[in-house]
Amino acid sequence: MREITYLEAVREALWQEMERDERVFIIGEDVGVYGGAFGVTLGMIEHFGPERVIDTPISEYGIAGAITGAALVGMRPVGEIMFMDFTTFAMEQLVNQAAKMRFMFGGTIEVPFVLRTPAGSGTGAAAQHSQSLEAWFVHVPGLKVVMPSTPYDAKGLLLASIRDPNPVIFVEHKLLYKTRGPVPEEPYTIPLGSAEVKREGRDLTIIATSIMVRRALEAAERLTQEGIEAEVVDPRTLKPLDEETIVRSVSKTGRVLIVHEACKTGGYGGELTAVIAGSEAFDYLDAPIVRLAGRDIPIPYNRTLEYHTVPQVEDIVEQARRLARGRV
Amino acid sequence: MSELDKSREIELLRQMITIRAFEEKAEQLYMLGKVHGTMHLSIGMEASAVGAIAALRPDDLILSTHRGHGHCIAKGADLNRMMAEFLGKENGYCRGRGGSMHIADVKGGNLGANGVVGGGIATAMGVGLGLKLQKREQICLCFFGDGAANLGSFHESLNMAAIWKLPVVYVCENNQYAMSFPVKKAFAIERISDRAAAYGMPGETVDGNDVLAVYRAVSRAVERARAGEGPSLIENVTYRWRGHSKSDANRYRTKEEIEAWKEKCPIKRFRQYLIAAGRLTEEEAARIEREAYAAIEAAVAFAEASPEPALETIEEGVYA
Repeated sequence: MREITYLEAVREALWQEMERDERVFIIGEDVGVYGGAFGVTLGMIEHFGPERVIDTPISEYGIAGAITGAALVGMRPVGEIMFMDFTTFAMEQLVNQAAKMRFMFGGTIEVPFVLRTPAGSGTGAAAQHSQSLEAWFVHVPGLKVVMPSTPYDAKGLLLASIRDPNPVIFVEHKLLYKTRGPVPEEPYTIPLGSAEVKREGRDLTIIATSIMVRRALEAAERLTQEGIEAEVVDPRTLKPLDEETIVRSVSKTGRVLIVHEACKTGGYGGELTAVIAGSEAFDYLDAPIVRLAGRDIPIPYNRTLEYHTVPQVEDIVEQARRLARGRV
Repeated sequence: MSELDKSREIELLRQMITIRAFEEKAEQLYMLGKVHGTMHLSIGMEASAVGAIAALRPDDLILSTHRGHGHCIAKGADLNRMMAEFLGKENGYCRGRGGSMHIADVKGGNLGANGVVGGGIATAMGVGLGLKLQKREQICLCFFGDGAANLGSFHESLNMAAIWKLPVVYVCENNQYAMSFPVKKAFAIERISDRAAAYGMPGETVDGNDVLAVYRAVSRAVERARAGEGPSLIENVTYRWRGHSKSDANRYRTKEEIEAWKEKCPIKRFRQYLIAAGRLTEEEAARIEREAYAAIEAAVAFAEASPEPALETIEEGVYA
């Protein structure tokens, strides 16, 4: 199968869905001739025109209002917030309006939009351009939260998200944009709420999200040389969560390491921990559940400090080794 | 823009009286302990809701506010289902999930009251964008209060609506107070509609207690929006007689001020106008009042006889 980048996979999903469904349009800051801050929508305004690839002023609240309102009257907007940090400006519309309407209005209306936003550190952009804020959105009933880790998943999950009748927060990772992987040319969807075992193993389960899936897989390869076989599970959508796949894996291995980039305290790892501890997998646990996450600090600028703020491959290797060898 | 014919004028009076009757009853029900949540009464502001919505076509859309009973009734809502929602019943507009602050009559073009001050301003801009992209002839009218005009959402949304010439009419109901904070202290400008100039759209301040003046001003804005010329900002200067919410000791204003505004009652004024103009007799006016209050009594009976939502259905409508 042909290989393309994660960024190209996101663009291809947008492109194909806009060809298929004229209700779909893109709206955000610099998404037009500039192509988006990371180039995801490059070339799209030339093909689809300025009515379907809409540049906005620097008005994140307005962007959230635009996609909410347009969705209410039958469109399928895909908004872009240039950095996840700036979703802070948009929270009122997303949390109080879009997430609530279907329930609050007794099921009489739907809000079918996707809000794409790049998250994560590693670019030297420091504290206000590097955050991973997905846990905030997971905590709001009425929002779906998707975090693809591969080009294949990015395309299939984005197509499913656009076709979903509800608001979806689609979290991309900046460092994944240039990663490559096999992606079919034809459109396909991956159901929201389906986790995937990215690698099978018997000794422990590593549950990782977004870029941490890639790091976990690399860690797993290194661990093989030590005779440790790690299973890597990617939830892919944080909400809805495929609990079954996770519980099955943990029940098999009896040991679990949860890895995410976002700060540990109040992070999604706590939710995963509780799901496992409250499930039948609890009876199979041979060790405490271990969380490996970002430090509880703002992302620093300095390269070395930034590197050591979030989990890296060697951190995962070390934690997995300790867990597998019964030292936790 | 055409002037209203006699039957339309009488219909506007009927709507205003119906709103007054609904809200007086809502207040009574609250006092009797029959209402679980809160409510925000628009008594004294009926001309703003009725005059503005009279300028719309039936398939046009509105976004309303926390003080939205009047908008809802003027947009043609069924009083029974409204009252049922107010009492939290299953056959209310939102199946009892929304209550007074969230009544939405989607089929009737009311995309919802809103518990968040200014929350609808951006959504309305998005609705306008969606309508424009689909080349639909409908327009979106967005109500908000003077307090909301000081939110960031106002700035972002009016600018975006203006640069894209969206079919949106922004109607600011200036009732003199954002809860307790008076307009005189919250604005360094005389008229909220002056802000329209900053966005490159027309702005107009009207006597919000004069239903025909509101109708004319909003009609001009609606025509402009429908012609693809973009949004407008209308400021209806009015006054809320009751407190901000269910209870309010009025510590921020005087009795004299309230009484002075009651003298400017929009219903009394329009009723007198119609009678003086020979379009309505005292007897006909009295009959309209009797019918309106009877319709509200019937709505209460309907609502009280309506079932509570079943607990088993509590998670319906949750998908994530």
